[in-house]
Amino acid sequence: MNTQMNINKACEKANHVCDKSQYKEASFLEKVKLNLHLIFCKACRKYSSNNQKLTKKMHHANVECMHKQEKEVLKQNLTKAIKEQQN
Amino acid sequence: MPKHLIDPNKWIDLYSDYLFNYTISRVNDRDLSKDLVQDTFFAGLKSMKNFKGEASERTWLISILKRKIIDYYRRINSNKGKAEVRMSYNSDTESEGDWLEERVADPFDKNAESVIENEELGEAIYGCLGKLPEKQATVFKMKTIEGIDTETICNELNITASNLWVIIHRARTAMASCMEKNWF
Repeated sequence: MNTQMNINKACEKANHVCDKSQYKEASFLEKVKLNLHLIFCKACRKYSSNNQKLTKKMHHANVECMHKQEKEVLKQNLTKAIKEQQN
Repeated sequence: MPKHLIDPNKWIDLYSDYLFNYTISRVNDRDLSKDLVQDTFFAGLKSMKNFKGEASERTWLISILKRKIIDYYRRINSNKGKAEVRMSYNSDTESEGDWLEERVADPFDKNAESVIENEELGEAIYGCLGKLPEKQATVFKMKTIEGIDTETICNELNITASNLWVIIHRARTAMASCMEKNWF
């Protein structure tokens, strides 16, 4: 039971570091620990591989979105237009 | 009875990013894209009565946006003749004397296939983003697409850093599994 909990905790930590490393926010030591964990853990290897694929695709697609402030302005303009149309 | 209903109050939250990405990949200008998306919403609002509900709201809005983009190119092309007369081939003094070959478009740079693939990939990503809960989608977009740093997102959304990473983890897991079904 205790061992199982320790494994789960280790996987949780590994996934967290894996997420951080996708944004280049993981330290060198964290990455070393992650790679060591990945040698033994098949589930985390799969998660890590999918995570990397997602990062690559996001970079490759070069998707863009509106900033929050831009959306707010757009929302205000549209709400105004909706009200005008209703009157 | 129509299969799809229309609700302009939700348009910004549901479709603005998708329409914006669609536009910017075609006109390559951020401000212009914002204007075209806004014009699309206004035009949609005016012609709401014509919405039969056979297609989804998104498809209907995209068809309006396509017309807007075509209109934009028609408008600038009508002035093209004048622009070509004014245009000098080599106005830049720094590049004077450069080889002519260097000015020719690189055929290996970006071909039609890769452009289409990128567009489809972008659509798949927005399709998957649309399935995420609102908070997860917001945080994922801010962190991954806009590249905003952790501290700023936490301050803006009033969440802790550990909370942010939990949301990111859930969003990435859902996105990866959705993309695996649709793309990988």
